[in-house]
Amino acid sequence: MNHYELMVIFTPVLSDEDYKAAQKKYADLVAELGGAAVHSHPWGLKSLAYPIQKKTTGIYWVFEFTAPSSANEKLKIQLLRDEKVMRHMITRLDKYAVEYNHVKRNGGFAMQNKEKQEA
Amino acid sequence: MAKNEIKYLTAIKQEKPKKKFCRFRKYGIKYVDYKDIEFLKKFINEQGKLLPRRLSGNSLKYQRKVQEAVKKARQMALLPYVTDLLK
Repeated sequence: MNHYELMVIFTPVLSDEDYKAAQKKYADLVAELGGAAVHSHPWGLKSLAYPIQKKTTGIYWVFEFTAPSSANEKLKIQLLRDEKVMRHMITRLDKYAVEYNHVKRNGGFAMQNKEKQEA
Repeated sequence: MAKNEIKYLTAIKQEKPKKKFCRFRKYGIKYVDYKDIEFLKKFINEQGKLLPRRLSGNSLKYQRKVQEAVKKARQMALLPYVTDLLK
């Protein structure tokens, strides 16, 4: 069961409940594939650094989960098929990353070490 | 030739450049998060290009982690590939 982090950019024209529905859909998909959701962190509408598919804004969503290594392939197929998703990226988290995310969620970096990783 | 006027072959170095250190080893950071753009901006220049190790002072191991994080951030449109006056 490896730790993964999925980041998805949805098209900005997505309405709020569609956004929640999409989050739920992928969270359930991960659970169905034998994984477990660790943390979901919707960023909401953000402006992109460069236009993707002629759009300059996108709705971001960061989803951290644990899953068997075989689950990613099916997840990727679903993500590619979904036209609401502009871009997605699944990254594998090593133990430092998992610990970093955990500390960050519990406000561990709030000006703890000088100017390094501010919260 | 005035006796007291000494000619130096090379210019004398006035101030010693600040000793560079690898901030990851010094502050004990183990993971570079690609979502933390403010932190990544310290390692790219105005055009959005990665700073070389001699300027950023990173050790090889952490420079690669920074490079990987910046490339992921660029992929997810958090950082631009090329721009001007980024800062």
